[in-house]
Amino acid sequence: MGAQYEIITSKNLVAGYPDNIVWRDASFAINRGEFVAVIGPNGAGKTTLFRLLLGLQQPISGALKIFDAAPKRGNPQIGYVPQRHIFDGETNVESLELVRLGFSGKQWGLGLFSQKDRQAALDALKDVGATDLAHRSLGVLSGGELQRIFLAEALVSNPTVLLLDEPLSNLDMRHERELLQLIHGVVQSRNVTALLIAHNINPLLPYLDKVVYIANGKVATGTPQEVLTSESLSALFGVHVEVLRDSKGNIGIVGIEDCHGCQPE
Amino acid sequence: MTLMSTSTSSPTSFSINPLVDLQQIFQFAFMQHAFEAGTIVAIVAGIVGYFVVLRRSSFAAHALSHIGFSGAAAAVLIGVSPVYGLLLFTSAGGLGIAALGRRAAQRDVQIGTVLAFMLGLGVLFISLYKGYAQEAYSILFGEILGISFSDVLLTLVAGVIILILISVVYRPLLFASLDEDVAEAKGMPVLFLGVIFMLLVAVATSFAVQVVGVLLIFSLMVTPAATAQLLAKRPRQVIIISVAIALIATWLGLFIAFYEPYPVSFFITSSVFVFYLFVRFIYRRIRP
Repeated sequence: MGAQYEIITSKNLVAGYPDNIVWRDASFAINRGEFVAVIGPNGAGKTTLFRLLLGLQQPISGALKIFDAAPKRGNPQIGYVPQRHIFDGETNVESLELVRLGFSGKQWGLGLFSQKDRQAALDALKDVGATDLAHRSLGVLSGGELQRIFLAEALVSNPTVLLLDEPLSNLDMRHERELLQLIHGVVQSRNVTALLIAHNINPLLPYLDKVVYIANGKVATGTPQEVLTSESLSALFGVHVEVLRDSKGNIGIVGIEDCHGCQPE
Repeated sequence: MTLMSTSTSSPTSFSINPLVDLQQIFQFAFMQHAFEAGTIVAIVAGIVGYFVVLRRSSFAAHALSHIGFSGAAAAVLIGVSPVYGLLLFTSAGGLGIAALGRRAAQRDVQIGTVLAFMLGLGVLFISLYKGYAQEAYSILFGEILGISFSDVLLTLVAGVIILILISVVYRPLLFASLDEDVAEAKGMPVLFLGVIFMLLVAVATSFAVQVVGVLLIFSLMVTPAATAQLLAKRPRQVIIISVAIALIATWLGLFIAFYEPYPVSFFITSSVFVFYLFVRFIYRRIRP
């Protein structure tokens, strides 16, 4: 593990706003190619971590580095899928156009004669198994289909880090599993590092290299086996926390605010 | 509108041959000017309208034209061309709405409150001016048949500037309109693009008011693009169709109004409305 290239490092990081600190003392490292789940209760500051990495928000103190530099807005090595918003039925724009913009949306001018972005977009759609959705309108796609399009939009510029904010929300179990397999496949074949915010850790367990657990203003990081135990969580949060496991290895965490993992929202 | 009644009673009358009709129409300088200004306005409105529809900003665009009403009235009161007052007030209004930030399109109550106040202010200005009814009427409903050559030139200059600006910001504006969160994370100046967009709407609105007036601005700035969006899924195609609808409606309106003693803006808005109804309820059934 230690020999792997560290892509994201955090030392004594404090996040939030001066009068409203969201979490503090976060120290962790994430290595190239890792599949990382960011979990924790609502409002614990999971998206805040993404905003810090994207350079959309500044840390209050501590050091956060991505690719050995402070995060800056517009880092082309990051592909971002925000928590979203489903397009309403009136948005009659074909998927391919959105994915193309992921490639060339930053360029000024009409780009009338550029076909490079079109080819890149088609390749990205193929990678996420959404070739057949290329000419469908965004407004009529289902939640699972849209997540594929968003993933293609993020992948089209060839990032080395993917930040996925709750891609699994609003998906039923079957689509959840399909999307996870897809993301995991992309992580492996492209050797990208993926951070995925989720509510329920259980569907993620087979794929995870690491967990970033954010709750009660604190952040715990490590492999699921290290972090998700009654002892480590109790020690970290200073309250009695119990990690329950059922016969299939599913986890339930009891004692931290909401009973996260007990039931998907 | 008064010009119309005299021209219809003159030797000009509708014939089956459209070439003869157009020859008749273009004998009149005021009709030439109307066609020229109408064409420029239709092209610009058709394009800007697409972004208005995509950004769900039709209420903001509608509000801008009403804010422009008080500007036009103030200009009339101090004796300058209404279009300067329109430009000034709509631009200021546009900057104000852009400053509300990303969710400006949903700030209906704030925008509506300012809109109502500005309309009230316009009523005051108009009443202070002696030619009350006629001026108010032409600002509210357009007076394209009274357009001068210098107005046409000004419209052309504004139109060219808008088109150049749009061709520069086209892709970033499209991206920010469709997917603001990702565009922002990619380091794009989304607030700046929002300001540019509102200024584009402000200028386009100011000139479109000449054609259809403050109250009917929707028919050129929103409906053609909304109709086009039902027909195509690629932005460029939608924009081309949107421009085509706005152009055809404007030309048709001017053509009919030359022979019939009713306001041009009525015929333009009706043409746009018929297009919309046809596409919305008939075309989509025939071709799913």
